[in-house]
Formats: sequence, C-alpha cells, structure tokens
Amino acid sequence: MKNDFFGARWGIIAVGLFIGISAALLQWWGNPPNMGVCVACMERDIAGALGWHRAAAVQYLRPEIMGFVFGALIAALVFKEFRARTGSAPVVRFCLGIFAMIGALVFLGCPWRALLRLAGGDFNAIVGLTGLAVGVAAGVLFLKSGFSLGRTYKANWFAGILLPLIMLALLVFLLVKPQFGRAKEIVDGVETLIKTGPIFFSKTGPGSMFAPAALSLLIAMAIGFLAQRSRFCTMGAVRDVMLARDFHLFSGILALLVAAFLANLVLKQFNPGWEGQPIAHTNHLWNFLGMSLAGLAFALAGGCPGRQLILAGEGDGDAAIFVLGMFLGAAISHNFNLASSPAGVGLYGPAATMIGLAFCLVVGFSMREKFA
Amino acid sequence: MMKLIDARGLSCPQPVIMVRKGIAAMGSDKLEVLLDSVTAKANVIRAAEFEGCKVLVSGRGDEFSIIIERE
Repeated sequence: MKNDFFGARWGIIAVGLFIGISAALLQWWGNPPNMGVCVACMERDIAGALGWHRAAAVQYLRPEIMGFVFGALIAALVFKEFRARTGSAPVVRFCLGIFAMIGALVFLGCPWRALLRLAGGDFNAIVGLTGLAVGVAAGVLFLKSGFSLGRTYKANWFAGILLPLIMLALLVFLLVKPQFGRAKEIVDGVETLIKTGPIFFSKTGPGSMFAPAALSLLIAMAIGFLAQRSRFCTMGAVRDVMLARDFHLFSGILALLVAAFLANLVLKQFNPGWEGQPIAHTNHLWNFLGMSLAGLAFALAGGCPGRQLILAGEGDGDAAIFVLGMFLGAAISHNFNLASSPAGVGLYGPAATMIGLAFCLVVGFSMREKFA
Repeated sequence: MMKLIDARGLSCPQPVIMVRKGIAAMGSDKLEVLLDSVTAKANVIRAAEFEGCKVLVSGRGDEFSIIIERE
C-alpha cells in the first residue's frame, strides 16, 4: 500500500466513506443511536467506567477509543512515522482538552458525532456544526495573527508510547472487569463486604448499549490505521477551507456524512426531525455555543478529538496530554452538573461554556511566538 | 540571497502560514525551509507549488530541507 493513495483526494474520500459506513454499522450492532463513533462521548463513558464521574447511565470502557490509538500506532510503526515528541505548551493543551470536552458535552458529541447525528436525521446537529465552524474560524484568525503553542521536541520513545500503554491497560480492564471498590451491604441483619466498581458498567442508558467489543476494537483499529495514513481531521477540514480554500480534508468529512446517511437509510436508522432525537437536546443557543467552544479549543490545539487520538498513537505526547485533559473534562462535566442530557442543558453548562470561551480567547491572544 | 525559515517542531498549519508569508516577501530570493515531519513536508510542498514555485527537497535523517524558488 502506498501512502500516495491516502494523500490524494480519493484516498481521503475512501477513509471518510469507511468511517461513515462503519459508524452506522456499529450503531446497528448495538452502539447508542447516532453514536457509532464519538470520541467525546466514548471518552466520557471511559471516565465513568473508571469512577471519575458517577453518572450511572454513561459508564463503559469503549474499545473504540483504544482501537483508534492502536490502529494509529500500528500504521505509524509500519510506515516508519512513529516519532516520540512533546514539549509544546503541554499544560495549555491539557486545559484546552478539558474545555473542549466541556463544550462538546454541552452539545452532546464531538465533530464526528455531529456529522453522524446529522446523517441520522437530527437537525440540531446543523446548529452544532455551525457553532463548530464559527469556533474554528476564530481559531483561524488567531493562527493568521501569529498564534502558536510553540515548538515540540524529540523525546524518548517511551514518552511516545505512554498513551498507547494506558489504552492497553484499559483494554485489560475491559477483558478482566476487575472490581476495585468495597462496600458494606446488610442482608437479613448480617453485614457483609461486597465487591463493587470501579470498574463500573452501566446497566441502563447509553453506557449499557454497545456493539460486540471485539468488533468495535477491530473496526476502530482499521479507522485509526486509515486516519493515521490520511491525516483525517474534522477541525482541519474546516480550517483548511477557511485558511487556504483547500478542500482536501473537507472532502473526507463530506464522504463520512454521505456514507453514514446512505447506510442509515439502508439500516432504517434515519429519523429526520428536531424533537426527540436520541441523546440530544433542542437548545439552539447552547448547541451552538458549546460547539463554538469545542471548535475553538480544537483549532488552538491543532486537531479534533479523533485526530488527537491518532497523533497520540504516532508518538505525539502533546496530543496525549490533550486526550488526558478531555478525560478530566468529562469527569468535571458530570461531577459539576455541566453536561447536557436529553432533558436539556446542565445547570452550570452555560457558565462553564462562557468560562471556556474566555480561557480560549486569553490563550489565543497571549500565546504568540516569532520564529522567522 | 537565501532566506531561512526554521519550522521544525511546529505543527501544521503553522509551517504553511510561515512559508506563504515567506514566498510573498521573497521577491527573487530563494527560501530554505527546515521541517521535521512528513505531514508538514507534504503540506509545504503543496502550498509552494500552488504559489507557482519550484521546490527542491532534501532529507537529513528525520529532518527535511526544502528550497523554494520562483520558476
């Protein structure tokens, strides 16, 4: 296989088609509706399974997240592109990851899920995607005026494989399902010590819905492999159109949308409308602003959540830090009542979104470097 | 005259933005760009060719040098 194929227009389209069809199929095989793949939701479920938040409906060790990283690692090793590197403002990237997740969970989905929601007929996704584009546009303005998080530097190989190793540990937890917690239970007046989570697995709600784990893992590894080869990125797609009228990556996300839509039609998963959409709400203002925050944070950090996982798989420690920030962001979102639900926005979601936007603006205005 | 842009360690689109600014300002000079990622290399070549320039790529281990001049 030559990389020239994936670097070319048809390559990126093929990758988009593959992700779109896979996502629709994963839903058909058991993943939650319009959530065949969603990096934000799935990282949120993992944070829940680990007990970092205790929202009982969204706790599962999603093998898709692990698969994306493994697939990218394999592709990078096979094609000799694995390069351990780090050092580009890690703590800023960590905080960008936190706020990106907070924004995504106000909308209820990463850009991949926004496309899948639209492909499933959820018109609220149009509002979210518009917000995403506005957030990325703000990021483009910062980039044009010299914004930079600074250089990254070559690192020891071990720094590069740490996130893949963390994913491996999660995979072991998924297979073994260890119970780390202990709780007292009184049965017929007798007190006994029972084992309990973490690891938590949801009994109801989205966290209890999943495709067979082996299938999820294998498909996600294929997606990770292809995304590493093609540099597939939803934020980059929007950014490159705005920055340089370059539609290369954009053709990939269009392919994803079309493929998922057609697959949903075939699988009878297309239900058009605004109201009653699965794992979604109809608050336009916060769908828009939540995704604006996420889009700006992705643009400043240089990649959408999916791309950050792929970069982390090929040795980018700064992307790994962003991913870890997203896990913490998910925990904060549910512990602090920020995350939305089908009932509407969380109590403090709007306030957190505004704080996140303010944070991103400070980062955008203050982080500048002259290199030339 | 050769102008140098050191874009090592920077991730796209920053190298591309720097190179486009460099091309706009280079007049009849040549531009040498230092890079250390294959993604940035591909993007810079694409951007330079899009601006109607000739590129000469050489690699030194993990690092690349691209010399850009007007045709």
